[in-house]
Amino acid sequence: MSEKNSFMGYRRENGRVGVRNYVTILPLDDISNAACEAVANNIQGTLALPHAYGRLQFGADLDLHFRTMIGTGSNPNVAACVVIGIEPGWTQKVVDGIAETGKPVTGFAIEKNGDITTIANASRKAKEFVHWATELQREECGISDLWISTKCGESDTTSGIGSNPTVGNMYDKLIPKGIYGVFGETSEITGAEHLCCERAATAEIGEKFMRTFQAYQDEVIEAHKTTDLSDSQPTKGNIEGGLSTIEEKAFGNLEKIGKQVSYIDVLGPAEEPARGPGLYFMDSSSAAAECVTLMAAAGFVVHAFPTGQGNIIGNPILPVIKITANPRTMRTMSEHIDVDVTGILTRELTLDQAGDKLIDMILKTANGRMTAAEALGHKEFVMTKLYRSA
Amino acid sequence: MATPQLLVHDKRDNVGVVVVENLRAGHEMLCVVTEDNSDFTLVARQDVPIGHKVALRDLGEGDTIIKYGEDIGRAIAPIATGEHVHVHNLKTKRW
Repeated sequence: MSEKNSFMGYRRENGRVGVRNYVTILPLDDISNAACEAVANNIQGTLALPHAYGRLQFGADLDLHFRTMIGTGSNPNVAACVVIGIEPGWTQKVVDGIAETGKPVTGFAIEKNGDITTIANASRKAKEFVHWATELQREECGISDLWISTKCGESDTTSGIGSNPTVGNMYDKLIPKGIYGVFGETSEITGAEHLCCERAATAEIGEKFMRTFQAYQDEVIEAHKTTDLSDSQPTKGNIEGGLSTIEEKAFGNLEKIGKQVSYIDVLGPAEEPARGPGLYFMDSSSAAAECVTLMAAAGFVVHAFPTGQGNIIGNPILPVIKITANPRTMRTMSEHIDVDVTGILTRELTLDQAGDKLIDMILKTANGRMTAAEALGHKEFVMTKLYRSA
Repeated sequence: MATPQLLVHDKRDNVGVVVVENLRAGHEMLCVVTEDNSDFTLVARQDVPIGHKVALRDLGEGDTIIKYGEDIGRAIAPIATGEHVHVHNLKTKRW
């Protein structure tokens, strides 16, 4: 068992702890991307988060848009935030949501100003924020301050044998120490939903999971499928790696939550956990960038990402730690991997040792070590959209 | 322990996973059940890529394929012991 129980993080105004210190330039909508990117180009040390949505959305889809925007700006890995939108109303709504954390945030609207004036004004504010943020110092924080999310990608059979149970071993060790954890990928539980239901802390939470699972099956899969999904789930990469059916993939997927811990609530997409420390399930797509973006918006600060064939995803504000047990992936694309657990396949590394290795890498990452995805510049910020706009 | 070529999750499983590259037909594989570290040997009938499955016993069309001690689909063709098991002879029971 790893003995280290602390790391150096940024304690924010609301008590949460970040492991990164970004000043983000957040567009309310797709048409404000250009202004945000111009500000980030003007002011070094800032990060623009361009995305494709934010216009004419309504109902639950609009709620999710705001939740993702506000959650992203509120994430403790973000020190301060500039929001730019086409008009002041919805821009202010995002600013007000982020301001509840107590962190510095200012909004700018483009209408009646134009891009050039907006960019100038927002750049001045962004520069102020950068000076302020770069004076902040890391301080010693307990391991229980970590919120660690997980989602796997380009899985193969080695994921179920090695990299996913490594994440599970980490949760079995760290959840009892008081961290927050989350897993999701609703469609990739298919075939193993009975096991997932059993892992709920209470029968009521298990029923909530089953309702969420069934709604995804009915509203997303059944409503839209044109084939038996054999070309999408498992993916071509999964099949190349030896996974034959969604059921096989699902049992491997569930290895990520370990053997001992139970989840204590079922979250909507991008919903912040509200029942205290423990493991949560989040209703989410199984597409890596969408799922990780939702988990970042829910407030998670480090992500454990097991892969078989080598998914290369990163996220702009959430460091994504890659773990693989596949020796071919280590041989052909090791620059993407942070934690090598190929020894599990050769029986030279026990699961207990692999879990400790991951915990060490989580603490190093929390202390500031760049992940492979960060070093390679992966910043996939992908919003989930529930249906077509009005 | 010698390095295994095939890992099996659960004693109830009727398939195992090749965990080495370049496994050739006719190779006598050392197989380890990760649940309890018990081992046995099995001859691969075909070249099987790393990560792909091999049948641990003869299976008939319609038989349930068991991995992790759980149902992962059905055989859509007869499968002989030591044969490659994948999308050509195994199909989901879902969607």
